[in-house]
Amino acid sequence: MKNRADYVIIGGGVSGCSIAYNLAKNGAKNIVVIEKKYICGGSTGACGAGVRMQWGTEMNCKLSKFSIDYYENAAQALDYADGIEFKQKGYLLIAATNSEFDQFKKNVVVQKACGIPSRIVSKEEAKELAPHLNTDMIVGGAFCEKDGFLNPFKTTDAFYRAAKRLGVEFYPYTQVTGITVENGRIKGVDTTQGYIECPVVVNCAGGFSADIAKMAGVTIPVKRERHQILVTEPVTPVQPAMIMGFKLNIYIQQSLHGSFIMGRNNLNEATDGRVTSTWQFLDEMSKTVDTLLPLISKLRVIRQWAGLYAMTPNRQPIYDKAQEVEGMYLACGFSGHGFMFGPVTGVAMADMILGLTPTIDVAPLGLSQFSDKSTLVIEPAVV
Amino acid sequence: MKDDNVIICRCSDVTLKDIRDLIDQGYNTFDEIKRITRIGMGACQGKTCTQLVLREIATRTGKPIESLKPQTSRPTAVGVKLGVIAKGDCDDEK
Repeated sequence: MKNRADYVIIGGGVSGCSIAYNLAKNGAKNIVVIEKKYICGGSTGACGAGVRMQWGTEMNCKLSKFSIDYYENAAQALDYADGIEFKQKGYLLIAATNSEFDQFKKNVVVQKACGIPSRIVSKEEAKELAPHLNTDMIVGGAFCEKDGFLNPFKTTDAFYRAAKRLGVEFYPYTQVTGITVENGRIKGVDTTQGYIECPVVVNCAGGFSADIAKMAGVTIPVKRERHQILVTEPVTPVQPAMIMGFKLNIYIQQSLHGSFIMGRNNLNEATDGRVTSTWQFLDEMSKTVDTLLPLISKLRVIRQWAGLYAMTPNRQPIYDKAQEVEGMYLACGFSGHGFMFGPVTGVAMADMILGLTPTIDVAPLGLSQFSDKSTLVIEPAVV
Repeated sequence: MKDDNVIICRCSDVTLKDIRDLIDQGYNTFDEIKRITRIGMGACQGKTCTQLVLREIATRTGKPIESLKPQTSRPTAVGVKLGVIAKGDCDDEK
């Protein structure tokens, strides 16, 4: 392991790989990525693989539109021969109540202003988009045909390989154990493989980003929670669009491979960083599917798993540098949507770190977004 | 028999050549190979392919096989229909 670097990125998920790639693309040298497990071994590798532009806050709409536009040509841009399996088959959001439907209508106004091609759909239109959906349980929905899904492993691998070709060094199976700060500046990073002297640390450690920040004496309002997910046996294509409901507490997508991937949240989820599976999740998930999508309940579950959401108070990410310590940059708190925002994270952070003219204005996503609770913009559309 | 004619994972159609190429490119744990190829993600959940992949990794990297980790074992132990779980039924369909 090298003992000196200009930039140490902590976290080898899509965010870390995308930041590394964008730094190197802009000419930065001596970039190192430290990953506790293997590349894509954390939350990116456990995610539901969907990407959507249907949000309720302007910033989330902008971030996702930027990222989805990028994903459309990412395989070529990153020179990744395998392809990243991006399919834009849409997201059908379903409202269980009139108040949820009203929220969708408000959200679509915000989305339209950002140039996002989403629209409100009636119960009948929802039935046409997903004939197997029990529309007795919904009052209406929203649809965006440009939303979709892609392969998180290959996408991260594409950023990883492109970064590597530009000279970035990756240290998988290496854990950060401490961060040295001197006179209010980052001096270096202690790892299980040795010490690296460096002036800049980029914290994109997902569910562990608050712990990493703490090592340098920095406090960030990021709380992790486990989110569980399951996958069924593969079958012939019957459901092109992701179906997602917030009140009904479900997202469900048929993958390219034919299997159905689905998840839901639980307010009492574990917050200690564990990613084990529970029977309670299986029980709740199966009951929702059985009533909402009876056809799918004929399929066999073959695996459950879990990942960590890194939640912020308003469910918007943090792109900023720490106030307490010079040299610590933050790209964290994605609140379950880090994979969706991977491309914009890389571009915005590289611009910020290198002092370039911002490609996209992410100033509203600094730590100051949380300073005044009364003006906090809260993202309503999260499962 | 040629490497690319030997199927290691029947669920996800992965060949011995796919595995060897990835190991040679530095993807030398089961989990990393799984992420790229989908090996072990199918109906059998690695019951067929795990030992074959670990043996290949051991042979090509020189690491002892007992030091290599398989993927995490997770529920369900066998495939169970969602509707059966929802209703608390017994899946006795043959």
